[in-house]
Amino acid sequence: MALFTYETKKDTRSGFGAGMEYLSQHNPKVVALCADLIGSLKLEGFIKNSPERFFQTGIAEANMIGISAGLTLGGFIPYATTFANFGTGRVYDQIRQSVAYSGKNVKICCSHAGLTLGEDGATHQILEDIGLMKMLPGMVVINPCDYNQTKAATIAIAEYEGPVYLRFGRPVVPVFTPEDQKFEIGKAVHLVDGTDVTILATGHLVWEAIQAAEALLEKGIKAEVINIHTIKPLDVQAILASVKKTGCVVTAEEHQYNGGLGDSVAQYLAMNHPTPMEFVGVNDSFGESGKPAELMEKYGLNAEAIVAKAIKVMARK
Amino acid sequence: MQTQEIQKISSQVRRDILRMVHGCQSGHPGGSLGCTDLLVDLYFNTMNLKTDAAGKVVFDMDGKNEDLFFLSNGHISPLIYSVLARRGYFPTAELATFRKIDTRLQGHPTPHEHLEGIRIASGSLGQGLSVSIGSAQAKKLNGDSSTVFCLMGDGEQNEGQVWEAAMYAPHHKVDNLIAFIDENGQQIDGPTEKVMSNRDLQAKYEAFGWNVMRMDGNDATDIQNTLIKAKAALGQGSPIMIIMKTEMGAGVDFMMYSHKWHGVAPNDQQLQDALAQLEETLGDY
Repeated sequence: MALFTYETKKDTRSGFGAGMEYLSQHNPKVVALCADLIGSLKLEGFIKNSPERFFQTGIAEANMIGISAGLTLGGFIPYATTFANFGTGRVYDQIRQSVAYSGKNVKICCSHAGLTLGEDGATHQILEDIGLMKMLPGMVVINPCDYNQTKAATIAIAEYEGPVYLRFGRPVVPVFTPEDQKFEIGKAVHLVDGTDVTILATGHLVWEAIQAAEALLEKGIKAEVINIHTIKPLDVQAILASVKKTGCVVTAEEHQYNGGLGDSVAQYLAMNHPTPMEFVGVNDSFGESGKPAELMEKYGLNAEAIVAKAIKVMARK
Repeated sequence: MQTQEIQKISSQVRRDILRMVHGCQSGHPGGSLGCTDLLVDLYFNTMNLKTDAAGKVVFDMDGKNEDLFFLSNGHISPLIYSVLARRGYFPTAELATFRKIDTRLQGHPTPHEHLEGIRIASGSLGQGLSVSIGSAQAKKLNGDSSTVFCLMGDGEQNEGQVWEAAMYAPHHKVDNLIAFIDENGQQIDGPTEKVMSNRDLQAKYEAFGWNVMRMDGNDATDIQNTLIKAKAALGQGSPIMIIMKTEMGAGVDFMMYSHKWHGVAPNDQQLQDALAQLEETLGDY
């Protein structure tokens, strides 16, 4: 039986574009910057409505981050946009000094995160960005799961004062969360009730986690699925309540084990409630070219992989 | 303001710099002394700063409707701290805390400790021009006609981000910006010509579309005249770059004509020898 259904598939980056189009009409303080990737970031709607509030930086991401920091002086809310690799790892020091340490209200919004950008290969498939960004003091890190949630997150972060990293992707994925949902930073979304194992998923892996829960149910295993759209600050109350009930946990993300959601959960549980735990993610490896689904299978980032880890972790209780 | 008045303040600022660096036995006196004349002119003469009814400067982070200055080469922090304190942003007594535990006067400037007058962290080089451009564009969006100033080092021109910013500002007609390069010809590993030649900075910035001027950064009269000329050239479609020749260590004879004093603190005797060359005009902190 399907736990969740969907009518359409859309890319999360289009959810970002829709959120930006909404902000162009509803928040005059929001400005957008892009490093020569307007089409990929779906910014056409924002630019059409508010051309004076859009800044093309060319292929110069370091400068884009610095300009964003400067634009905050005077009350603007800059959304600096590019691919996740170029918007985080390439400009880490600029984000660290000019944004995070300087406490500037800059939103770093990046598409094409993870393996699912596909054929372009490892140069573009950053799998370290969550870790890089969450290590910065004061940085909020958000990885929404579908079109509707990405749109809601894009709109919500304008209301939050402080630096944010918003991560989304290229492929079309099922749209299964409510339209016009309220997005609360740091508030996990409970998707499926269960008592045998907790599955904490983020981004594209949330849908896979739901599929895994369905497959586990057919084996008589009741998995609890929680959407951790905000990796930092982590909703530790929701996590703790669930693992106290189930006694074991699997994390799932399109990211390295190192520095990802699993790493944050493990750190919290080790200190507060040691719990058997398994990770679904990329284990200290770069990606490669291929179709998104092929890559997710090869690197063990799909529902099947989550099912296998769930069974493994339950045996460790 | 008369240049004699500016020079009096500069003498005191140079004393502050030397005493701060001596007090913690760390920091960067050479470039700080070299850029003193410029910063004193900016904060005491050229820039329009927000003040209260009594004429005291008032700090708020947004800095709307006032001129803003960004220090990109953050290692000359003793200079900006002294100038801000002497201008009235915070008590001069706080200069004694420079680089010491729990201080707001961190080794490199930061708004993280809520020090009045500092709007961005700098220290990791090459970022300040981008920030200044963003701030200038925010002013344009706000219909704010005031000016943004930015100081960089000449060694800092090695950084690639500087040239991303150099390309961006003329393209976007950021013509409410006056930037400076402190051309002292020195960087940590030696003369810039030897470490990484800038070749012809004027030709480079002109090719990028900047209105480039030159001045003697240790001559108070030339600074005043050049800044009058630069301000008259604002609003004409191009950002302005002033390449200013300075001497590291300017004002202290044994610290000049060498990069030796880039990041070295004077000992007790050297401090006394240096202070003997600089009149105490406003009272030491």
